[in-house]
Amino acid sequence: MSKDPSSFSSKLERLDIVLVLLYLALVVFGWMNVYSAVHIQEISAFSFELRSGKQLLWIGLSLVTALCMVGFIPHRFYETLAVPIYLLSLMLLVAVLLVGTSVNGSHSWIVLGPVSFQPAEIVKISTALLLAKAMSAYGFDLKKRSHFLRTCGIILLPIALILMENETGCALVLLGFIIPLYREGLSGWYIVLAFTIVLLFILTLTISPLIAILISVFVGTLSCEYNEGSVIRWCYTTLPAILAVTVWVFVHDKVLEPGTTAAAILKPANIMIAGGAVGVFFYIRRLLRNLNPFRLFSLGAILLCIVFSLSVNFIFNHALQEHQRQRIEVLLGMKEDVSGAGYNLHQSLIAIGSGGLNGKGFLHGTQTTYGFVPEQATDFIFCTVGEEWGFLGSLFIIGLYLALMTRIISSADKCRDNFTRIYGYCVAACLMMHFMINIGMTIGLMPVIGIPLPLVSYGGSSLLAFSVLIFIFIVLESDERKFFAGKASQR
Amino acid sequence: MILSRKNRIMIFLVAVVLVFAARLFYIQVLNDSFKSDANNNSTVHMAVYPTRGLIYDRHGNILVENKTCWNLMVTPAEVEPFDTARLADILGVERSFIEEKMAWYRKYRTRIGYRSVEFIHQMESADYLRFAEVAYQFPGFHGEAHSVRKYPVNAGGNLLGYVSEVDAPYIKKHPEYKSGDYVGRAGIEASMEHVLKGEKGNRIYYRNSRNKIVGSYLDGRMDTDAVPGKDVTTTIDRDLQVYGQQLMAGKIGSIVAIEPSTGEILALVSAPCLDVEKLDNMGKYYKEIASDPLKPMFNRAVQASYPPGSVFKLVGGLIGLQEGTLKPWYEYPCHQGYWYAPGKKVGCHAHRSPLDFEEAIMMSCNSYFCYVFKDIIENPAYPNVQAAFDRWREYVLSFGFGQKLGTDFPYELGGNIPTSDRYDRIYGKRGWKAHTIISLSIGQGEIGCTPMHLANLAAIMANRGYYYTPHIIKGTREIPIDERFTRRNYTLVDTSAFNVAVHGMWRAVNSGWGEGGTATIASVPGLDICGKTGTAQNPHGADNSVFICFAPKDNPRIAVAAYVEHGTWGATWAAPIASLMIEKYLAGEISENRKWLEKKMFEGDLISGLQYNQ
Repeated sequence: MSKDPSSFSSKLERLDIVLVLLYLALVVFGWMNVYSAVHIQEISAFSFELRSGKQLLWIGLSLVTALCMVGFIPHRFYETLAVPIYLLSLMLLVAVLLVGTSVNGSHSWIVLGPVSFQPAEIVKISTALLLAKAMSAYGFDLKKRSHFLRTCGIILLPIALILMENETGCALVLLGFIIPLYREGLSGWYIVLAFTIVLLFILTLTISPLIAILISVFVGTLSCEYNEGSVIRWCYTTLPAILAVTVWVFVHDKVLEPGTTAAAILKPANIMIAGGAVGVFFYIRRLLRNLNPFRLFSLGAILLCIVFSLSVNFIFNHALQEHQRQRIEVLLGMKEDVSGAGYNLHQSLIAIGSGGLNGKGFLHGTQTTYGFVPEQATDFIFCTVGEEWGFLGSLFIIGLYLALMTRIISSADKCRDNFTRIYGYCVAACLMMHFMINIGMTIGLMPVIGIPLPLVSYGGSSLLAFSVLIFIFIVLESDERKFFAGKASQR
Repeated sequence: MILSRKNRIMIFLVAVVLVFAARLFYIQVLNDSFKSDANNNSTVHMAVYPTRGLIYDRHGNILVENKTCWNLMVTPAEVEPFDTARLADILGVERSFIEEKMAWYRKYRTRIGYRSVEFIHQMESADYLRFAEVAYQFPGFHGEAHSVRKYPVNAGGNLLGYVSEVDAPYIKKHPEYKSGDYVGRAGIEASMEHVLKGEKGNRIYYRNSRNKIVGSYLDGRMDTDAVPGKDVTTTIDRDLQVYGQQLMAGKIGSIVAIEPSTGEILALVSAPCLDVEKLDNMGKYYKEIASDPLKPMFNRAVQASYPPGSVFKLVGGLIGLQEGTLKPWYEYPCHQGYWYAPGKKVGCHAHRSPLDFEEAIMMSCNSYFCYVFKDIIENPAYPNVQAAFDRWREYVLSFGFGQKLGTDFPYELGGNIPTSDRYDRIYGKRGWKAHTIISLSIGQGEIGCTPMHLANLAAIMANRGYYYTPHIIKGTREIPIDERFTRRNYTLVDTSAFNVAVHGMWRAVNSGWGEGGTATIASVPGLDICGKTGTAQNPHGADNSVFICFAPKDNPRIAVAAYVEHGTWGATWAAPIASLMIEKYLAGEISENRKWLEKKMFEGDLISGLQYNQ
């Protein structure tokens, strides 16, 4: 312990070397794939004519920034300045609305000379910082309404601004901050509710609003009874009713002659309204007998879901924009449109699928070389991975991400400092959302939403932002290790 | 077991990764359909373009055929250093042209990648073959054959239309066309596109990751052959068409010749003519043609609206006969004009007076037809002027005027015959009578028609009261034409009324010198040409010269309308030209004693003197 703990070399020693290596591995592997996506014979990979050359410059810049953060910025800096940073980033978001430049239909770029960047990238960092600061404050309790609302405000304010910029992808990423909230005690039912709403949206569009309503009743009542510990009773009361109505929805037009009065009266919608009325009656009676907030909440949720299902078509046709609508239609298979909106997805699947088990080899992809896949160096970089490195290469990169995220989560969870812990979860949440949405879209499990694959996709400001995001955590966490200086070396 | 929230999040994360891995395993390892799709992508589909159908004239002579041209392509990524001077020499281009092109490729090499780009557009076969012999010395360069139009004779530039590569707006409107396809624009190429175009074939090749073709896909089992376009036979008489164009050289206007017994268009000349030389490479000449103040693209025969002039007197007279307000023996006086108000007259030339109907047509007396028109419009059998005028208009429309005839020509103009409403708006309901609109009687004023309408009138006179809708595509068993072209359209005037008028037309041409016939210049012994001259006012300069005629008088075989802008009298240019057309068609040759007239027409220049102040 002769070393000065504040010297640069000891700071370097305290860094979580595994995390840094994972970061570097992703950056290097990413750069190789960017090069493969844009390479042209006779032009050097390092030439600034190619994106790979520019990306290399950004990688260098990111590493220098990381080193500066490790060496010169005191770790308390972030917590202290969380509020000004947050406000500054919001101001940038407003500024971009006023003076921003549109790229690919999203009005979210600020161009400064040769450099263009998206303030939305910075907002991820600043929101994570402020969230960590607010939630680590003394006496903070998510269950208190004022605290809960304040937390929601921190997340929703930038989301609203970003939505105005037409950057759905970034807004979705910020929604991922529900994960640190969950870790800090937010009821898991919020997540169930959020998933149910997404499920309903899809079911309503693909099957019918009736089925979506039945599903919401199913989920709502089941979670209510589960909460009260009376699932068995639910199984012989509510479940058969739901199943009966479900069967009726599918067979009613085969049993009854369409067009007759009986068919008109007994159509599924009417049956459901009648059944719903009876159900609500019993529900409210039980509610009056035993005022249970969860029961009230679930009833509200079910009603909310029903209203939502009935309005999905309206939302879909009026609130969403044409390109968003098309992408969802293609994803859900509502429209087979290989050369139109589904083109991206179709080409992406072909590129990945053609990689097979081992891939075609570095720089030997045919799909990638001819530019079949659009945005191949940026949002669809995973196609290059899939095609040239095959299933094994894809697993490798997914594995790297899994390792990175679990490493962040598990070390964050161990942190004594609340700020560091919450911030760590925020970082993990950001990475998770990007990872899920980006890879999900290239393999056809998510709608095509244009957000980059962190550290791998081409794009300087995105790479720099993620580097800063991750290195803030690395620095905070290394500071944590001061307390375990002896153990740190053994770990 | 209660899981910590951290572990639940971890489990969720692992679950997502497992789902992704399973999905990847499915699309990359289990499912073959994406791999076969990828094969499609790493194969090249090359369109095999069909040869376009030929266009024939009525006797089986070729008007439009195909020839092979070469586009010299270059794949910049495969070019190796070569002798620029030698290549320039072989291709017959400047050395700087090659250097500029290569510099341009170098500048945009990231954008071009491994693609091939066009180096020289449309080389003639002979030029290309000179290159092909030494092509192995210039790796990266290769030729792509394609078929372009060829025109053996300079006939019908305006009616044939042209073929050009589809552009983006066209593809948007017609999604069945792909970039690189050719499509007929204007004229017959456009109207018969569906027949001429044929069907594209498809060749599939494998290519490697350097975009090089490495072989045929499945040994060509999936390839399809192109189906050549079908040939189209037109009603045009090639020699007559060429002759008409020669006659119209140096003039503005048009000639339309119709076979009255079928409605088939024998010749359709619009002058100045579009030179067929320019048709096969329209892209190159388009600007030059479009900026010509004489508008050679403009097909005057069906698109220009002219006043018909005196030839319209035939229609007025026939309506009078049908209405009973005129009898062939009625005589009206003429003293160098028709005085319809103190100090106001419709002027007329010097001829003897009075005249009956037949003589009035023969001598084209303006006064006579003013009287006829006044009697029709102010016929007491009708309650008012409007009703009489509306009836008059119905008659005129039945002659095909004032509406599209329904020919198989794209962009046909309907012309204009005014309505009584229009005069009500101008003069008020009680503000007009026959004298107000008296110029209509001699084919002037608010009246517009195309040379096609006039040729149709000539055909009606030839047929004594009916016409077949003029058309330019000859029906064959393979490509039948619409039923409307084989239907007689009768005018509202009884067929018996026509004989007197036709005889007047015969006398106008054949009465001999000194008798007062207006078109004796058009007389050809033995052909029995019947004609009617016209002189239509042109506000931009000298009057237009108009002539319609048909021959022979009995069982007519050809009806012609000639319209020459700024040709002054009908007999000066239009009548000689139309009669020469008839003589050429019926006799095959121009007789010796009319050679001087033919020479005069060939050499006549009515354009150089014009001032175009656009």
